[in-house]
Amino acid sequence: MNTTALAAFMTKEVRHILRDRQTLTILLLLPLAMVVLFGYALRSDVNEVRLALVDPAPDYATAALRGRFAGNARFRIVATPETMAKLEPLFRRGDVDVAIVFEPGFAARLAEGTPARLLLVGDASDPNTGSTMQAYATAVIAGYQAELGSAGAGVQIVSRTRMRYNPTLESVNLFVPGLIALVLTLVSALMTAISLSREKERGTLEVLLVSPLRPWQIILGKVLPYLLLAFANVVTALLAAWVVFRVPFRGSLALLLVASMLYSMVSLALGVLVAAVTTSQRAAMIGALVGTMLPNELLSGMIFPISSMPDWLRPVTAVIPARWFIVIARGIMLKGVGLEYLWQAHLVLVLMLAVFLALAIRSFKPRLA
Amino acid sequence: MRALRFLLRKEFLQIFRDHVILGMLFVMPLGQLLILANAATFEVRSARLYVVDHDHTPMSRGLTDRLAASGRFVPTAASPSPARADQAMLARQTDAILVIPTGFERELVRQRRAEVQFILNAEDGAAAGVLQSYAGRIFAAYSAELSAQVTPTLASIGARVDLPPRRGEPIIEIRRRGWYNPELDYLDFMVPGILVVLVTVVGTLLTAMNIVREKEAGTLDQLNVTPIRRSTFVAAKLIPLWSLALLDLALGLALAHFAFGVPVRGSLALVFVAAAIYLLAALGIGLWISTIAETQQQAMFVTFSIVMIYLLMSGLFTPVRGMPVWAQWAAQLNPVTHFIRLMRAVLLKGAGPAEVAPQLAMLAVIGAVVLTLAVRQYRKRAA
Amino acid sequence: MTAVIDVHELTRRFGRFTAVDAISFDVKAGEVFGFLGANGAGKTTAIRMLIGLLTPTSGRASVAGFDVLTRAEDVRRRIGYMSQRFSLYQDLTVRENITLYGGIYGLSDAEIRGRGEALIEELELGHASLERVAALPLGWKQKLAFAVALLHRPAVVFLDEPTSGVDPITRRQFWEMIYAAAARGTTVFVTTHYLDEAEYCDRVSIMVDGRIGALGTPDELKRKYGDATLEEVFVRLARPAA
Repeated sequence: MNTTALAAFMTKEVRHILRDRQTLTILLLLPLAMVVLFGYALRSDVNEVRLALVDPAPDYATAALRGRFAGNARFRIVATPETMAKLEPLFRRGDVDVAIVFEPGFAARLAEGTPARLLLVGDASDPNTGSTMQAYATAVIAGYQAELGSAGAGVQIVSRTRMRYNPTLESVNLFVPGLIALVLTLVSALMTAISLSREKERGTLEVLLVSPLRPWQIILGKVLPYLLLAFANVVTALLAAWVVFRVPFRGSLALLLVASMLYSMVSLALGVLVAAVTTSQRAAMIGALVGTMLPNELLSGMIFPISSMPDWLRPVTAVIPARWFIVIARGIMLKGVGLEYLWQAHLVLVLMLAVFLALAIRSFKPRLA
Repeated sequence: MRALRFLLRKEFLQIFRDHVILGMLFVMPLGQLLILANAATFEVRSARLYVVDHDHTPMSRGLTDRLAASGRFVPTAASPSPARADQAMLARQTDAILVIPTGFERELVRQRRAEVQFILNAEDGAAAGVLQSYAGRIFAAYSAELSAQVTPTLASIGARVDLPPRRGEPIIEIRRRGWYNPELDYLDFMVPGILVVLVTVVGTLLTAMNIVREKEAGTLDQLNVTPIRRSTFVAAKLIPLWSLALLDLALGLALAHFAFGVPVRGSLALVFVAAAIYLLAALGIGLWISTIAETQQQAMFVTFSIVMIYLLMSGLFTPVRGMPVWAQWAAQLNPVTHFIRLMRAVLLKGAGPAEVAPQLAMLAVIGAVVLTLAVRQYRKRAA
Repeated sequence: MTAVIDVHELTRRFGRFTAVDAISFDVKAGEVFGFLGANGAGKTTAIRMLIGLLTPTSGRASVAGFDVLTRAEDVRRRIGYMSQRFSLYQDLTVRENITLYGGIYGLSDAEIRGRGEALIEELELGHASLERVAALPLGWKQKLAFAVALLHRPAVVFLDEPTSGVDPITRRQFWEMIYAAAARGTTVFVTTHYLDEAEYCDRVSIMVDGRIGALGTPDELKRKYGDATLEEVFVRLARPAA
């Protein structure tokens, strides 16, 4: 085998990429744009609760509670319908998140010591946001009750809760690793799959296969330039995360870069494999697009925690490379841990790489008998 | 009109002969819906709890038991060493750590107030927040339960005793209702949204690829030298995929209802009227992509980018109202935002035409603008 | 005889590159007009302007009596076009392709049936009429594409390198079809690389670097340049460009 041929081949690949300026610009800017755009826009929590109050017989107690909600920055009172029946359209239109319905005689009951009742209605169609908002409202009411009576009646277990690794539950800290995974999938898997299958369709791949180049050299030549591109993407995405969002980097940056490259290689190998097994460019593209986008977003733990998924689905996520990369990236960035805790995830990625590569090289063996 | 009939026949023939397209239209979206809908949940299943109990009293054990009894927490490990608990969390072997200090029971009895430390792994964000509120409720319930027991104990020790709760203590009783989804079922919420995205991806991508493919094959030139009108051409391209996407949506809704138990509280007719308008916008974007892309590769790339923005900025996974103001405005221009909101309102809340009128109007406006732009962009003759 | 194609100072630039440089010529009704030129001489650009796929930078042209810029739709109704690349639908059958184009050009169902049958018979495609076009050999495909381009009886038919990659026997049959069409009164505008084919044309023009280097009947051109064949004329004109 000769290295000159490989070098010549690689030069050709680099030229292909450099010549298509438009695509190159997109490939370099897209990751940056995505991290900044989604870093700002993706928030799993809502800070403002729109409140409706139904207070058919106002008295000092309901007024006091209303005052507490009005004075709370988190709540905005958007409606005060006279009857409960008028609540329904408000919820249906999506104009209200939480409603409080006071029972008449609220203050009188409080004074008597009989339970003063109120109904706390939440829009639970979005269960997460719905129950969080109800909890916020409950806290305000509980605060009022504590102020009214001596809380000394009962005992109190006070829990000091600490959110380890992400004390403010900052969404961007959680999404950045996932976004990097998404970008790398796009650049690595999608672009290689398309580029290789195009050569296959145009017949230029056959020319390469009959050349003295070995299959692994062809794959290497195809893949290396994209690997460089992926490296540039990781660096820009991390820089954006750090400069714009101050996402913490508690662990080793070197390890993070190594892991990113490992993950890129897995994606590249996957792209090669897709191109190898599909017969047309179109099939390759559809396979790469459809096969990677939604599963990568949904099954990787990027947005939805894997621990929340049903038992049968959790093992399925193990085959998604991005899932392992996210474990590594969050581990390094948020927890500051190193290989001692992350070796399994790395090992899984290495194994995936080996399997994909072996399969891809096999299916690219010259079959021109 | 006559030409349209012949063109439509051609489009349908081509679609039904192409296995890749048929698979994309029917197998892919429905298959993904079945699997992925299960993944899109913030519901917290049992979290692994590491207990560091320095107190070893009935009350400290009682606290652990209450957490375990709730079913939300499973004590999987215990040791007196906070450091080891910490390591377990670093290694992702536990989701929560409960540290009960020495003197927990004594403090409860004497001061009527005791502190515990509760540490959650916030690496997965959303889950930690939910666990926090579960735990908070369990702590409160256990406090209430103990209140009854603690007083006699106090008396027996002979410590300074408050009077038993005086009558007339102000009590506010809160009854909670989670309307539209009392069981807090994520499937109800996510399935309609995911269905919208799948139908959108398929519709936009197939429209874009279909026309670009004719460009690449040279058949588009052949059509462009014929006297067919631009509007006829566009109609012939959009009608088949539009009707198939509607069929896709119908199948998906059937699956959502019968397989996932998603309720249909409002009018299905309303959903389909909205879908018909919405799909015009979605396919119009595909048409627009096809006018700017020269190759299927470019079409794919542009579609991928647009759909990703569509998806993440639509309020599907993360609420639009959590976004910064500029992103909320951007989300208003995204047809997916409005259609998902409408679907959820009609299916889950039973909203009627009047209540979703703003969404319908926005969909109509976006659809009209997108289609007009795309049709104007499509030229039989290159400039 | 009147001019069916009338081109005056037609020009097309792409950025600073002038692909077609102020060409003028006309083609008479019923003529077989050969449009020759080396690769990149501007033939395809010129054809694309005449059939309304590309906007001219300047100059004007009319086809079948209508200006290509302002009355493009009237032009389109009266022309047929067969491109370099085979551009019927490969995934439709022979009959389906015929029906489609018949329908697009507004033929009645009876006309589509009648002309379709005649066409299939003439091309001896009866055995393959229900097969997908992709399965046909290249020569058949080209003949089919030509026949479909004539289906609506256009005044002018534009053929862009119709015989490239086709075997000599099929090429001969193809030219018989061209003559038959011309005999029925259709004007044929054909580009080709094969200079032996150019000898069959009534008149030829040779494009060099975006301009018309020579124009006349094959005999006139040979006489003018003192060459024995058109090929020699062509090489003489094209060489300075190379």
